[in-house]
Amino acid sequence: MTTRMTNRFARLADENRPAFVTYFMGGDPDFETSLAIMKGLPGAGADIIELGMPFSDPMADGPTIQAGGLRALGGGQTLARTFDMVRAFREDDDETPIVVMGYYNPIYQYGATRFLDEAKSVGIDGMIIVDLPPEMDEELCIPAVERGLNFIRLATPTTDEKRLPKVLTNTSGFVYYVSINGITGTAAPDPKLVEESVRHIKGKTDLPICVGFGVRNAEQAAAIGRAADGVVVGTAIVQAVADSLNDGAATASTVTNTLALVHDIAEGVRSARQ
Amino acid sequence: MNVQDLNSFRMGPDEQGLFGIYGGRFVAETLMPNILELGGAYASAKKDPAFQDELAFLNKHYTGRPSPLYFAERLSEHLGGAKIYFKRDELNHTGSHKINNCLGQILLAKKMGKTRIIAETGAGQHGVAAATVAARFGYPCVVYMGAKDVGRQSPNVFRMKLLGAEIVSVTAGAGTLKDAMNEALRDWVANVEDTYYLIGTAAGPHPYPELVRDFQSVIGKEAREQIVEAEGRLPDMIVAAVGGGSNAIGLFHPFLDDKDVQIVGVEAGGKGLEGDEHCASLTAGRPGVLHGNRTYLLQDAEGQIEEGASISAGLDYPGIGPEHSWLRDTGRVDYVPIMDDEALEAFQLLCRLEGIIPALEPSHALAEVIKRAPGMDKDQIIIMNLCGRGDKDVFTVGEALGVEM
Repeated sequence: MTTRMTNRFARLADENRPAFVTYFMGGDPDFETSLAIMKGLPGAGADIIELGMPFSDPMADGPTIQAGGLRALGGGQTLARTFDMVRAFREDDDETPIVVMGYYNPIYQYGATRFLDEAKSVGIDGMIIVDLPPEMDEELCIPAVERGLNFIRLATPTTDEKRLPKVLTNTSGFVYYVSINGITGTAAPDPKLVEESVRHIKGKTDLPICVGFGVRNAEQAAAIGRAADGVVVGTAIVQAVADSLNDGAATASTVTNTLALVHDIAEGVRSARQ
Repeated sequence: MNVQDLNSFRMGPDEQGLFGIYGGRFVAETLMPNILELGGAYASAKKDPAFQDELAFLNKHYTGRPSPLYFAERLSEHLGGAKIYFKRDELNHTGSHKINNCLGQILLAKKMGKTRIIAETGAGQHGVAAATVAARFGYPCVVYMGAKDVGRQSPNVFRMKLLGAEIVSVTAGAGTLKDAMNEALRDWVANVEDTYYLIGTAAGPHPYPELVRDFQSVIGKEAREQIVEAEGRLPDMIVAAVGGGSNAIGLFHPFLDDKDVQIVGVEAGGKGLEGDEHCASLTAGRPGVLHGNRTYLLQDAEGQIEEGASISAGLDYPGIGPEHSWLRDTGRVDYVPIMDDEALEAFQLLCRLEGIIPALEPSHALAEVIKRAPGMDKDQIIIMNLCGRGDKDVFTVGEALGVEM
């Protein structure tokens, strides 16, 4: 079955370049600004969009993304507004894959099947739900896969030989390799170790491997992009939003500064295999 | 699961760590190998006589177990109804029931070859107990504590420092137990290879709710034997305060299949359930997923977690152990709220009538006993878990009563 996701990775393979996966927090600092950023991402070089869904207690995120989530919640972001954002984005772009990323409780409260049906209908392609490991697949993963939505799993440096097959079961779209043990936006990954890990995982799956957590600039992105099928950048983008704000509110430079950073890192990703 | 389908209330959790729909393992993948390793280590420790002997030895000679079961004669007379017994876990080394769990878990950490201990704490009782066992076994220890709790529990902060622990004051959120637990989980994700996370209550991802319960069940096992020795029969009612729920599940679990024993858990009603200043997740919350388990939570319509509020820092948590959620739904245990002012009155009454200064947490349980005992017959028996002493709370109580110190 071809999907936006498989089409995108096929095109990237033809062009022999890794995917640039951009994470931003939906609704940060307000709906309109955040939607403008989202709409500008493909033009700035993003190949796949990860749309963050804010949660009050993001236990795997560092201070930058925590703060972005709190700003979004303060700005009135909800799951319904996340769907509105995707709907508005899809008016102009029906090709860029969208993966929503967040924690399970807001989805559980919304109703898992209601969430999945609506996600499918607005044009979401997949999801990364941080606190749903394979042991909890009955909750959301299996019904998501049944609806043709990608359930993208995180593999980490602690995912050993025994664990890896479990992590790869029921997963689709791509594998998100977390390059460090830790929360988002902390230590920088060692490109050599990442390369070894990516090669190892590639031996076990045909899915593309995207690498993230700790990639913050064009140079790092280029180094990671040599071995990986995709590079994920999140904290640096959320930080760019934060740096542009005035007293927590968007300014004239919020969208332009954020997209300028995305453009800059995209150049790094595109240079990875040249 | 329906109550009538159950042969026993003491069989859970299942292999997935579930009590009915509650519990489970809702954690980031980075932590899964550790959680599975811990599950394996605990399963083998349960069957290992050397492990159990070492724990029993420490309970006896280090903690001072068994704790007495004390007949509160003057309080019983004053209330004019049931005979009230206290299970006196406030006499334990470190001043609360928390040491029971910490000794069990530090032995697990040793068995697993971990070299660093982290813990979260609310009132500081668990932090003190964790720092204590870390000192006793020679481990470095980092305790995460909400900034608000650091302020209102300063005696315990200093005790932890004396014991060699490093205290990290957490300013995120409202700066209470929930936020401290988030930070501890972040530390664990980043230091998963060498670090043991010593959780203080019967919550979190499987197997924590099970193993914390098992280590705390020494309370109920002793109480069962002691009451039979004192009265020749089981009690009519047992009562305990519930925050995360570790002292309560420790008392309750050995009695769950004694169907003539009524069981009451007491939540912190704070300033009242109609507002948002309380911690009564079982009475006023609904099921959700936080900190690795599905359980009753205080949350808004969108599933964002709300802050609890209570005069007692130890009950100030928006969730509750998953086994309590299941016991609530099955109807085996009654959960009721007690307000701040009722707990304060109970606190003072016990000081004057029995010469015992209780912690604010069991003062909530006591307030419920004060309501129920007068309506019971004089030959009926209540056991209440007096799970902590109140030295740490005298400043909070003084402030609430408008006393200058």
